[in-house]
Amino acid sequence: MSFLNYLINGISLGSVYAIIALGYTMVYGIAKMLNFAHGDVIMVGGFVVFTLSTRMGLSPVIAVLVSVVVCTCLGMTIERIAYKPLRNATSLAVLITAIGVSYFLQNLALILFGSDIKLFTSVVKVKPLVLADGQITITGETIVTIIACMIIMIVLTTFIKKTKAGQAMLAVSEDKGAAELMGVNVNATISLTFAIGSGLAAIAGVLLCSAYPSLNPYTGSMPGIKAFVAAVFGGIGSIPGALIGGILLGVIESLSKSYISSQMADAIVFSVLIIVLLVKPTGLLGKKISEKV
Amino acid sequence: MKKLKLNKDYLITYGIVIGFYIIMSILKGTGNLSSLFSGLLVPICVYTILAVSLNLTVGILGELSLGHAGFMCVGAFSSAFFSMCMKDTITNSFVRFFIAIIISAVVAAIFGIIIGIPVLRLRGDYLAIVTLAFGEIIKNIVNILYVGRDSDGMHISIKDSISLGLKEDGKVIINGAQGITGTPHDSNFTIGIVLLLITLFVVLNFMHSRSGRAVMAIRDNRIAAESIGINISKYKLMAFSISAALAGVAGALYAHNLSTLNALPKNFGYNMSIMILVYVVLGGIGNIRGSIIAAAILTVLPELLRGFADYRMLIYSLVLIALMLFNASPKGMEIKEKISVSRLLAAKKQAKEVQ
Repeated sequence: MSFLNYLINGISLGSVYAIIALGYTMVYGIAKMLNFAHGDVIMVGGFVVFTLSTRMGLSPVIAVLVSVVVCTCLGMTIERIAYKPLRNATSLAVLITAIGVSYFLQNLALILFGSDIKLFTSVVKVKPLVLADGQITITGETIVTIIACMIIMIVLTTFIKKTKAGQAMLAVSEDKGAAELMGVNVNATISLTFAIGSGLAAIAGVLLCSAYPSLNPYTGSMPGIKAFVAAVFGGIGSIPGALIGGILLGVIESLSKSYISSQMADAIVFSVLIIVLLVKPTGLLGKKISEKV
Repeated sequence: MKKLKLNKDYLITYGIVIGFYIIMSILKGTGNLSSLFSGLLVPICVYTILAVSLNLTVGILGELSLGHAGFMCVGAFSSAFFSMCMKDTITNSFVRFFIAIIISAVVAAIFGIIIGIPVLRLRGDYLAIVTLAFGEIIKNIVNILYVGRDSDGMHISIKDSISLGLKEDGKVIINGAQGITGTPHDSNFTIGIVLLLITLFVVLNFMHSRSGRAVMAIRDNRIAAESIGINISKYKLMAFSISAALAGVAGALYAHNLSTLNALPKNFGYNMSIMILVYVVLGGIGNIRGSIIAAAILTVLPELLRGFADYRMLIYSLVLIALMLFNASPKGMEIKEKISVSRLLAAKKQAKEVQ
């Protein structure tokens, strides 16, 4: 029975990774850049909820909404100030700028909140589910995380398939120049992508901090990297890939933590990534791009 | 004519390093160097070597590697392990350190080959994330590695120091997350500069050797290079493992500058790899001299900003963003063009010719 418990924990952790990975994958698909600051947007989302809910005692729902709005604006601002001027620069230049933004957010949080670990009060008020005579306990956080992940996936897929803005995103990710010629506002589309990605990061931050209730300025960086790994794992640029990659990664991490060694868990996660990429160089669901001479 | 110019270019680079050494030595000798700054001299050498070696992968080979700190970690631990084992056998610190450096370079090169064979098949961002993964794996494994020695020989465990089963006379050398304690302090500024010069010599000569040109041909157009018969995997692997070996040397220098060596996210994690990449990119990709200058300035900068206390890393990050925007964005380049000294000089020259 403990296996099932670990599995459920893994799926829950994986759902958080999947939500973060969505942001990575969408931004990568459209702007072709590794947004290293994404992980730190998660941390900002966590801190906004911490300030409003734990410190000021506002209702968690309001806190989460405010956090989503703050992160969405933050994402768009970062894009406008730091990435937009570099639209036609080399991808490495954008990568370094993203790292600069990441340092900036971390250190700003360090100055505002200090480096000590904050205890985060969970915003989830759902009662835990006890199954099989108490052998399996599913915490409220787990239930909410998994449901949230599913809802986000469905809404996002519908958004991209059915709306004009979503179609524009697809078009830009496929061919920026052609999309522009067809009358798609490329800048607005990229901005929208950053907005959605950062809003999702805020939700991921709240869920992550509710499940693992400690918060410091570096909270976001490791989950950010893991989610990036998840995005690559599932095939970067693919939305179902991010879901599958995220959940698989979470399950692998949770199982190896419980059965092999908690210190080795990260190494195992990264080894699985390497093996997958060696067999399928573009990830599980990645598109194979044939090479033109 | 071309060759002469290249040589002159080299000499300037070597000259900068030697000039830096002389100035620092004089300042140190006359006591004008603050203790904070003289403590930075060896780290400056470490980071410049790392930046130059990463430039070989990023600039010359054209592949983005985010796992460079992993090779540094391998070099640091292998050399520190050797020094700990031989502390009593070889008492001459110079000879011991010399062998330790060679060991670090060889071990890191071997790791470079082992990692390079699978990794170099991938391309672009996938390669970047896999190198990042390898770097993290190396750091993780070092953190759970326990090695001890007694009269029976070596004992290795990945659980804890007790399961090594050492005898009374045994000693734990690598103690898991606690790392290696008591490494002899063999590094100094002179050795660091010598190693930096050797690194420069290796990289600059490699760049203009037959193999180096093959590597650059692969960078510029892989398919064209392949079609004229260049063995892609061989040359890629060659550049990658040389780069790894040099990072290993930097690791040895780093390890012997500290009494306690442990693999933290701060010194051997991906953050470090990214830090080195920042040096390379800011210095100019493929520009060796730029790497040296950028690495030296950016190592000193956080210390100079110490007066701003908590705000120093904030300022550092803003400087980083501003520099990138200024250097790489079209607008920034336009401004740069306007104020560039060489253009002014050229304009003056032209004006003279017209007259």
